[in-house]
Amino acid sequence: MGKKVKDSITIALAGQPNVGKSTVFNMLTGLRQHVGNWPGKTVERAIGKFTHNGKTIELVDLPGTYSLTSNSEEERIARDFIIREKPDVIIAILNATALERNLYLVTELLNFPTPIVLGINMVDVSEHSGIHIEAHVLEAALGMPVIPLVATKNQGLHELMDAALLLAQNPTTFKPNRPTMQSEHQTVLTKMMSILAGNIPHLYPKEWVAIKLLEGDAEITAMIQNKSPKIWKRIEPLLMQHEDAYLDIAGGRYKWIGRMMRASVTQPKAGVITLTDRIDRVATHPTWGVILLFGALGLVFWLTYSLANPFMNWLDTLLIGPLSEFMRSILSATRAWFSGLIVDGILGGAGTVITFLPILVIFFAIIAILEDVGYMARAAYVMDRFMHRMGLHGKSFLPLFLGFGCSVPAIMGSRIIEERRARILTILLAPLVPCTARMAVITFLTPAFFDRGAILITWGLVVVNLVILVLAGVAINKFAFKGAHMAFIMELPLYHLPNLKTIGLFVWRNILSFLRKAGSIILIMSAIVWLFSYLPNQNMEKSLLASLGRWLEPAGKLMGLNDWRYIVALLNSFIAKENTIATLGILFSTNHEGLTLAARLAGTLTPASAMAFLVIQMTFIPCMATLAVIKQEMGEWKWVALSVGLYLLISFIAGISTYWIMNLVTV
Amino acid sequence: MFHRKPFGHHRGIVSHQDTSPGSLLNFPIGAHCVISHIRGGRTFISRMATLGFTIGTEVTILQNYGHGAIIVSVRNTRIALGHGEARKIQVKEQTT
Repeated sequence: MGKKVKDSITIALAGQPNVGKSTVFNMLTGLRQHVGNWPGKTVERAIGKFTHNGKTIELVDLPGTYSLTSNSEEERIARDFIIREKPDVIIAILNATALERNLYLVTELLNFPTPIVLGINMVDVSEHSGIHIEAHVLEAALGMPVIPLVATKNQGLHELMDAALLLAQNPTTFKPNRPTMQSEHQTVLTKMMSILAGNIPHLYPKEWVAIKLLEGDAEITAMIQNKSPKIWKRIEPLLMQHEDAYLDIAGGRYKWIGRMMRASVTQPKAGVITLTDRIDRVATHPTWGVILLFGALGLVFWLTYSLANPFMNWLDTLLIGPLSEFMRSILSATRAWFSGLIVDGILGGAGTVITFLPILVIFFAIIAILEDVGYMARAAYVMDRFMHRMGLHGKSFLPLFLGFGCSVPAIMGSRIIEERRARILTILLAPLVPCTARMAVITFLTPAFFDRGAILITWGLVVVNLVILVLAGVAINKFAFKGAHMAFIMELPLYHLPNLKTIGLFVWRNILSFLRKAGSIILIMSAIVWLFSYLPNQNMEKSLLASLGRWLEPAGKLMGLNDWRYIVALLNSFIAKENTIATLGILFSTNHEGLTLAARLAGTLTPASAMAFLVIQMTFIPCMATLAVIKQEMGEWKWVALSVGLYLLISFIAGISTYWIMNLVTV
Repeated sequence: MFHRKPFGHHRGIVSHQDTSPGSLLNFPIGAHCVISHIRGGRTFISRMATLGFTIGTEVTILQNYGHGAIIVSVRNTRIALGHGEARKIQVKEQTT
């Protein structure tokens, strides 16, 4: 962005989570929004451009944050934007039902010179629960514009923009009432500020830096330690003496908030049992809550796949199929490798991308509804005690569960997890949940290899995967994350009706980013793998892929896979898991006319080798679409490499152990 | 209960305090308490203070089944806290 000539007004939209900030943003910008990531971050950034009263406005949606301390990436992004990009105005959205807590962020924003307009959202809900807010009285107390809003009904948003615009054009009229410090801390603060004076980048307000140091803010502390070690030497003893100052400072801020609110807000008498309380008696109950969750997720699962499957088939038969035929006929005059590359490689990849769309649309719509009504937080609460043991967050449960359908939405769904470590772990473990494609392969192959007990073996394979998931989670948590305790602190918002526009735009944004980022990676990978299976002489049996399979045979022997064709089938499952069967179909086609594939495969492997192959199939490297979304979500290839490495290791160990155990058991 | 002792991430926590009678965990559903002390590192205290958990603040227990996370109401918001987090918040029961 950088500093520009003043032809547009930059407004930052700030607010704590659960205040309806995204509804405000969506109502104001609609489809006139550009969505990407914050530079170098995995946090989504949305910017909307529109005109209001003839002025061009650039509205930047800051991540929802409780404060501006560097406890999370979101908080660092929000404060860096305010400090470095210097928006003309900050619009802070507050939730009328939790005004006191929401004003805490405002006390932090007031450390910066940027003018602030307050939008108090959901005043209809607060009125309903007996909280009455006199906006004018609050405005007079705080010394800044206060606009009541019902964003879902588009009420007050015009007035909000009027106020923001007015303040942007007359910034000197902004004379807010700023929070004051208790005297005992004022002395330390003054001391620290005089030490800091002239020694910190001019962008940072002295008082704010001093408060953040008292608060133990890691980023600001590191900044002072590294940039001015001499200053740090003088500050450190002060901090040691006032170890617990922060709790008092925060208490002081809340007292100030209380004074500001005293005349303007009337609270209801305590003891009112709300709808939220009533729903939560079931939704957050240790037993009923889990039953409700499984019921809800079962429904989600059933809906997603029963609605999406007809669409996927429809897209496949009516769009991809005819298009492939058409392209093949056009390209028939060209060389075979070229038409093959276009039709099987690139169009095949595009087909993969497109067939994911129906699942993703339905899945994201359901996620958005669950999140918007406020249920997601409850689901996370109920599941946390199970997820915790693996170093995961309660919120990890939903994406992992959806992994039974497909790993792609599971990994994209991990966005709901704010805690970075839990999110990474969820993304790494999600492919261990057997997806429908993997299930299709084993339900086909197990009866081919084993005459008896095929169903039992199939279920056993699923259990093995889940056991590996738990073991891998516990192990990664213990060794990579040193078992460090992950805090579980989460707000449970009030339940409310979902907003269609918010849900629609959520789906739109996610689909767009899937198509743009993952889509292109899938196309390229698909073309490359196709070339490998085709070159040098148009025959998969003599292709580079086959050579690779033969070269890997010694490794395969450790797991009882003496036949390179099975290795090639595994390698080809990288395109899509169901490709295992298609590849085996091609490689086992010769000299066995009249027999079904299952019959041809029967007896080609010993029971021990067959079992090892099935286990490896279930734990092998995730498919390219999964890896593409890992890249999309994490931003860096190193996470893709880590995932590939992890699954090579897991499938290798699982394969070898299965083979040897089977050999011991079945003599 | 599943919380493994972290290595070096804690300050000022002594294990014999773990079942201290005054933590949020020791109060049943419906109890009204007042925060008297918050133990833990700066980051934890800062997060809690931001969410409205400051000394003298009233907290109502909404859910506590003796295991796993609990839910409390503070400053008119509902907050779920893990077992380990709730244990660090020292309270006194308010007698009305």
